[in-house]
Amino acid sequence: MTDANSTPSVRSNPVDPVGAAGATRSARLAQPGWRGRPAGPRARTTGNGLPPFQRFLDAHSECVWRFLVSSVGPTDADDCFQETFISALRAYPRLRAGSNVRTWVLTIAHHKAMDAHRARKRRALPVEDVAAVDGRTTSIPQAPDDGLWDAVRELPERQRSAVTLRYVGDLPHREIAQAIGCSEEAARRSLHEGLTKLRKVVSV
Amino acid sequence: MSARTQDQTDPLERALRRVRDEEPVHREEASRAARRLTVRIADEGLADIGYGSVDSPFGTLLAASTTKGLVRLAFPEEDLDTVLERLARTISPRIVEAPASLEHVRRELDEYFAGRRREFELAQDWRLMSAFARKVLGATYEIPYGGVSSYAEVAADAGSPRGSRAAGNALGSNPIPIIVPCHRVLRTGGSIGGYGGGPERKRWLLELEGALSPAGGT
Repeated sequence: MTDANSTPSVRSNPVDPVGAAGATRSARLAQPGWRGRPAGPRARTTGNGLPPFQRFLDAHSECVWRFLVSSVGPTDADDCFQETFISALRAYPRLRAGSNVRTWVLTIAHHKAMDAHRARKRRALPVEDVAAVDGRTTSIPQAPDDGLWDAVRELPERQRSAVTLRYVGDLPHREIAQAIGCSEEAARRSLHEGLTKLRKVVSV
Repeated sequence: MSARTQDQTDPLERALRRVRDEEPVHREEASRAARRLTVRIADEGLADIGYGSVDSPFGTLLAASTTKGLVRLAFPEEDLDTVLERLARTISPRIVEAPASLEHVRRELDEYFAGRRREFELAQDWRLMSAFARKVLGATYEIPYGGVSSYAEVAADAGSPRGSRAAGNALGSNPIPIIVPCHRVLRTGGSIGGYGGGPERKRWLLELEGALSPAGGT
């Protein structure tokens, strides 16, 4: 895929995790193939015209943070944020300039969020208890519509992902599908089901 | 597009969008998280280049370091983004702000500007220099504190006796001025010659080192 602007290029990009649907998504992010330092001191193609990573971080940190706070809640958001951008840093030099980098980084964030949800399930403790055990407390003031986001976080995995990627990540359906690793039709359906469920449990 | 029209009227979708459009608290939290991240990246050596600012009598310098050492020192008038983009293209785009990792650069430069340091010990990375520039700047590096040389002499030391113009260009492209002392190279005959940061800076540095008297003669 040579056209970097077409969305499928994100999917087929060799460093991009989007195509890696399944339980091993984040494991793939950490594969050795992602690491490789630039070939030599004066390697010419290292940059690929990409901006310095710091600029990429400056441009996307807020979007990723909002997405993660919504998706996993304030307690786990920071860990997921760190993991997201460290994975992105590893893969960054091989990203094609002109790729849709926001979709790319939100896809990584989405995978980290799913890992966090699964880990939490394994711990089998509600978030509040974990915070108490850890002695960690959230410094984030409770937003007025927090009940809504608690309800979002209770949604089945795919519905939750579709809702957060759509409304917080502001991704179009096609890119939500890429991030989740499903068809566009399935993404639309998950979004619709999620909204229907939310209408039943919250009043806005 | 019916979905979008619906979004504008549906209170649930409006409420879901609010987290994106409002709540500036997220902006502060995000920048705090980003700062924690860059500290961790620097601590764990995950980036290829870390950069930060260094105060100097000339104003704020930009210092950038690879895992090998200081690779770039830029004068205040150089545009930060231009310098960083060039580093991204020529070395690696894995560049993060890492002020703490440049503490030793700051300390040695402070000491130098205060007249308490005559030689730099900090690790350097000369990979931005061409092979020829490396020879010329290598010869320049041998000129001791308080001493001066000429374009012709460093050209000869670099193995290119008739290449004083080329040597001048190599000196002008010095990516690590002050540390690699291109200011110690003068025109044959003793006039001060050019300097990337301006001839006044060159004179100031030579006066600091005692190679020039403050009156302005050689």
